[in-house]
Amino acid sequence: MTTVLETFGLKRRFGAFMATNDVSLKIEQGARHALIGPNGAGKTTLINLLTGVLVPTAGTIILRGDDITRLPSHLRVKRGLTRTFQINQLFSEYSPLESVTLAILEREGFGGNLWSPVAGYGQLIDEAAALLARFRLASVMEERTSRLPYGKQRLLEIALAFASRPRILLLDEPAAGVPEEERYEVLSIVSDLPADVTVVLIEHDMDLVFSFATRISVLVAGALFAEGSVEEIASHPGVKAVYLGEAA
Amino acid sequence: MSVLAKEGLQPVEERHAQQARARRWMRKRSAMRIFELVVWTAAVAVVFLLPSKMLILTEIAILALFAVSLDLVLGFAGIVSLGHAAFFGLGAYAAGLFARHVMAEPVIGLLIAGAASGVLGYATSFLVLRGSDLTRLMTTLGIALMLAEVANQMAWLTGGADGLSGFSLDPILGLFPFDLWGRNGYIYCLAALFISTMVARRLAFSPFGLSLKAIKNNPARAALVGVPARRRLIITYAIAAVIAGCAGALLTQTTSFVSPDVLAFHRSADVLLVLVIGGTGYLYGGILGAIGFTLLKDWLSVVTPQYWMFWIGLLLVILVVVGRERLAGWIEHVRGRLASGGGHSP
Repeated sequence: MTTVLETFGLKRRFGAFMATNDVSLKIEQGARHALIGPNGAGKTTLINLLTGVLVPTAGTIILRGDDITRLPSHLRVKRGLTRTFQINQLFSEYSPLESVTLAILEREGFGGNLWSPVAGYGQLIDEAAALLARFRLASVMEERTSRLPYGKQRLLEIALAFASRPRILLLDEPAAGVPEEERYEVLSIVSDLPADVTVVLIEHDMDLVFSFATRISVLVAGALFAEGSVEEIASHPGVKAVYLGEAA
Repeated sequence: MSVLAKEGLQPVEERHAQQARARRWMRKRSAMRIFELVVWTAAVAVVFLLPSKMLILTEIAILALFAVSLDLVLGFAGIVSLGHAAFFGLGAYAAGLFARHVMAEPVIGLLIAGAASGVLGYATSFLVLRGSDLTRLMTTLGIALMLAEVANQMAWLTGGADGLSGFSLDPILGLFPFDLWGRNGYIYCLAALFISTMVARRLAFSPFGLSLKAIKNNPARAALVGVPARRRLIITYAIAAVIAGCAGALLTQTTSFVSPDVLAFHRSADVLLVLVIGGTGYLYGGILGAIGFTLLKDWLSVVTPQYWMFWIGLLLVILVVVGRERLAGWIEHVRGRLASGGGHSP
């Protein structure tokens, strides 16, 4: 297995608070890698560091052999690394069709074209429509995103990341806040992501984590507490005490 | 079975129907609206219908062009500016100096003035993109104030407080002289407004334009679908500066005079007010706002010459506090009541 994403001694400090404390992590090609840990363990901060939303205080991030520690987010996307957000970050004034078409146009390098109309990129619009259909959004693709039900917005959150055709996709609690009856729809999309896409998942639902992940890293207080296969983590006495015990 | 519909599982006809629907919707999105045709038809018709009002119509066309420029910056790129007059004023001086010292052909002067402002826009974009909205307000304001003071101090070049005069323009393209009634001047300004608006419209519905409102709406997400926000905003700011420079040049060319007033703070404030009246983010807000603002100012300054600023201020407060959408909603409501009332009356 080849390592696609790796961090060395990653640190992020907010004032006196160490949100990420000396995290050295390896993500393998094609992995289903879960990041778990109690609230405030620094899971989202770590994702923010990996995607360039935050700049680390110290440490390095290596993406397929290249140092991307200080690379802006949009260039990381060009290298196949993108994410979804725990709290929806959508283009609320756009329709899902406009949003996904935008992501596809950017992926294909047409985003800087300021003369040809978007409507002229028929094939890319077809792709957007097909993608939205796969994510059960075809019926609402022309509606304003801010008016969509929360479950649909959550699906769009993933569809939008998917439109960039990521090689590595970081999912920050994809089913967070989704009503029970729509939860299954979101989770099945996550588990059906193509096998060649490397997925890093933050999730609190342990059943999902244990059924989905091939590898698990446990974060506690900003630091890497344990790492291993599903079986190793499930039987890890410290993890049970620190995390599972606290969750129960 | 998985909830995620695989492409193969979806009937082909259904997929094609959805794609056709998507293409149709995207085409409709950028199609010319009826109100646009009405605006341009009316703008041409007034040449024949209101031959005595050419001067105020020219004023409206120039202000509209200036506001279209600010709408690109504010309504599309989401950059707040209190110093947009910097580009207007630079264009005005550039056109005046060019006519006086180099060449009196207006169209070439217009392009030169636009280019000069574009260079200033590009150069200052790096300062303006730093920081938050408040920083941007102060930076843009500061740049405009500095430029106004430079123009005032360089009296040997700009005429200082007396303004720049002593030049007259050749006929437009060597064919249409600026006449006393301002007819050709208006047509010239209208042509510039039309061309600029069409270019801005083209930009608005391009992939570039699509990414601009995405940056404005959610910069964090825009970056994570691969939008290089900084570069896009710099280009937009420079293009808007070109258009503002052209607006300033048109003022110079139609009046054969550059007043230091072209760089004054009230110009930046007025054009912002125009967009508050007309609305941002759809380009025509600048045009409709310019009509509303100029006619209102003209009317108020006749009715209450000393207090017209009071009424403009009151209007501004009402627009911002009550909101344009709600005002439009009330008008619809009243119209609906009147219509239904008429229908039910015995």
